[in-house]
Amino acid sequence: MRLVLEKRERRLKRMSLLIPLFSFILSLLIGAIVLAASKADPIQAYAAMAKGAFGNARRFQYTVVEALPLLICGLSVGIAFRLRFWNIGAEGQFVWGAIGVTWVIQFWTFLPDPLLLPAGILVGMIAGALWAGIPGVLKAYWAVDETLTTLMLNYVAIGVAEYLYIKAWKAPKGILGTPEFPEFTQLSQVWGKVHSGVFIALALVVILWFLLYKTTWGFELNMIGKNPVAARYQGVSIEKSIVIALLISGAIAGLAGSLNTVAITHRLTRGVNAGYGFTGIIIAWMSNLNPFASIIVAIVMASLTTGADALQIAMKLPESMGAVLQGLVLIPLLAGSVFHDYHLKLIREEE
Amino acid sequence: MDFITKLLAVTIAMGTSLTYATLGEIYTQKSGVLNLGMEGIMLMGALSGFATAFYTANLAVALLVAILTGGLFSLIHAFLSVTMRANQVVSGLSITLFGTGLANFLGQRLGPESNNFNLVGMNLSSKFDNIAIPGLESIPVLGAFFDVSILTYALYLIIPFSWFFMYKTRFGLAIRAVGESPKTATAMGLNVSAIRYLYTVIGGMMAGLGGACLSLSFTPSWNDGMTGGKGWIVIALVIFAGWNPGKAVIGTLVFGGITSLQFSLQAAGVKMVIPTQFLAIAPYLITFFTLSVMTIANNNRKGAFAAPSALAVPFAIDDK
Repeated sequence: MRLVLEKRERRLKRMSLLIPLFSFILSLLIGAIVLAASKADPIQAYAAMAKGAFGNARRFQYTVVEALPLLICGLSVGIAFRLRFWNIGAEGQFVWGAIGVTWVIQFWTFLPDPLLLPAGILVGMIAGALWAGIPGVLKAYWAVDETLTTLMLNYVAIGVAEYLYIKAWKAPKGILGTPEFPEFTQLSQVWGKVHSGVFIALALVVILWFLLYKTTWGFELNMIGKNPVAARYQGVSIEKSIVIALLISGAIAGLAGSLNTVAITHRLTRGVNAGYGFTGIIIAWMSNLNPFASIIVAIVMASLTTGADALQIAMKLPESMGAVLQGLVLIPLLAGSVFHDYHLKLIREEE
Repeated sequence: MDFITKLLAVTIAMGTSLTYATLGEIYTQKSGVLNLGMEGIMLMGALSGFATAFYTANLAVALLVAILTGGLFSLIHAFLSVTMRANQVVSGLSITLFGTGLANFLGQRLGPESNNFNLVGMNLSSKFDNIAIPGLESIPVLGAFFDVSILTYALYLIIPFSWFFMYKTRFGLAIRAVGESPKTATAMGLNVSAIRYLYTVIGGMMAGLGGACLSLSFTPSWNDGMTGGKGWIVIALVIFAGWNPGKAVIGTLVFGGITSLQFSLQAAGVKMVIPTQFLAIAPYLITFFTLSVMTIANNNRKGAFAAPSALAVPFAIDDK
């Protein structure tokens, strides 16, 4: 007798809910072992995390603020993933968004004040789009491997940002980084700590859902990802679609970067590469590339970070517990994703 | 001359860690598995090696623990990407996230109570010291190659051996067959899954060892995220070497050299014409251009440079 994986006749709808849920629970269980092994009470620790992330309105606001860049980055890589384009460069595109918005706000002072913020966000998006466009063009026309190029470009972007805030654009005095943005270019807060970027993020979810599920463009993207040969027979230009999808993907990651800069840091400074682009990949994967599901997943992922911050204060446990859990949640999820297309079968071998 | 010798010494010390991990990743990728978890695995190797050396004062045991830890983490990746046919990019990324998170977490939990359970700031009673070979070490400049730790001396044997193993033995042939065309490999009677498991785990062990080189020899200490992106440079180095274990060392010397040049110039008080940040991104830019140009050139004519054809493609023998 042996167990084998057999291909399912068709994908099961309920699996796309069951697998992430089961994975999350499993990762909490494994996390509990890590906690117990390091002499901390897992139940107490998880309770402290939950309280830290959702305990009161203020805590929840922090979680939402943390979730916004994750959500937007998740949407960004999700578009590329539909094409099976493994964009792991959202981190770099995010950084370019921050650089773009800083450039405009610091140097485009010839613009009338109210135009500075929208122009900055727009330039940030363009910068992100171009940064993603380079590996897009290389992949589309010359088949250059995109996982490696997007990854390398992340470090180039981070290096450029460091050069700018440590040397070229550094504020003459005060803390490390560029000068603080003038108040009229900072995003206003709409609910406690939550800034108006939340409306942009939610609008983006609706727009992308519409584009991906209700338009020919979205249909073509799916087709290219699932069956490029058929797509080509249908007259779809795969090269053009890859480049366009990557420009959009990069623009969205750039949007995340520029929003975080005008809403949170108010300057280009250390920590601009906080890993949102990388975590965005988990968001896209867990939500099965569905924009609406991304909202929930982003909140859950963000709660692991804000919860871990609280864990450090409440129980003196290292905040890296958040990263442990974020990484852990993917492992059973990936192992489980095979059950979308396969099921276990027991085969009795004839003697 | 003295400056160059010192530069070379730092380059070799830094390159040792990179070379172990790069050789490991080359073997993994040649068998068709892309392991982007190197950063996390190296950091876990650095942590487990350091913690073991701290409590046992036995460097051999520390190395062994680091190697086993690296093997264990890559086993997760092998399970996900070979058995479960998961996406290897996402799987590798999850290993890196999990590994870096866990290493940083444990680094603040495994320490002595007197230091608030923190391993940061602890010193080792013994570390891998440099051993000079009398005579050879006094050769101008190149003498730097003969005043290194045992970890580096071991590489002088491991590098040629891994080249020989890959290109001149039937085991190497099997790895390449599995990475290039798993279907043909199966027809040849090879067990694709077993071979991929084996070399993914070996690759992870080498990465764990590479991480331990950092915490037991190069900078004998533990610090949060002390690999500082070296695991990602490894991915770049594999491409730079064109998946050839014999060429891995060229890349690690070039890249190690650029990094140590930064420190050496700063330490020597040289006014920098090129900002240090641009020196720091040079390895990544070089890799980016190497990969792009080589791939484009390879599209036009059948060249020797190419990633293994079946890299990151899951293989299921039962699929029709």
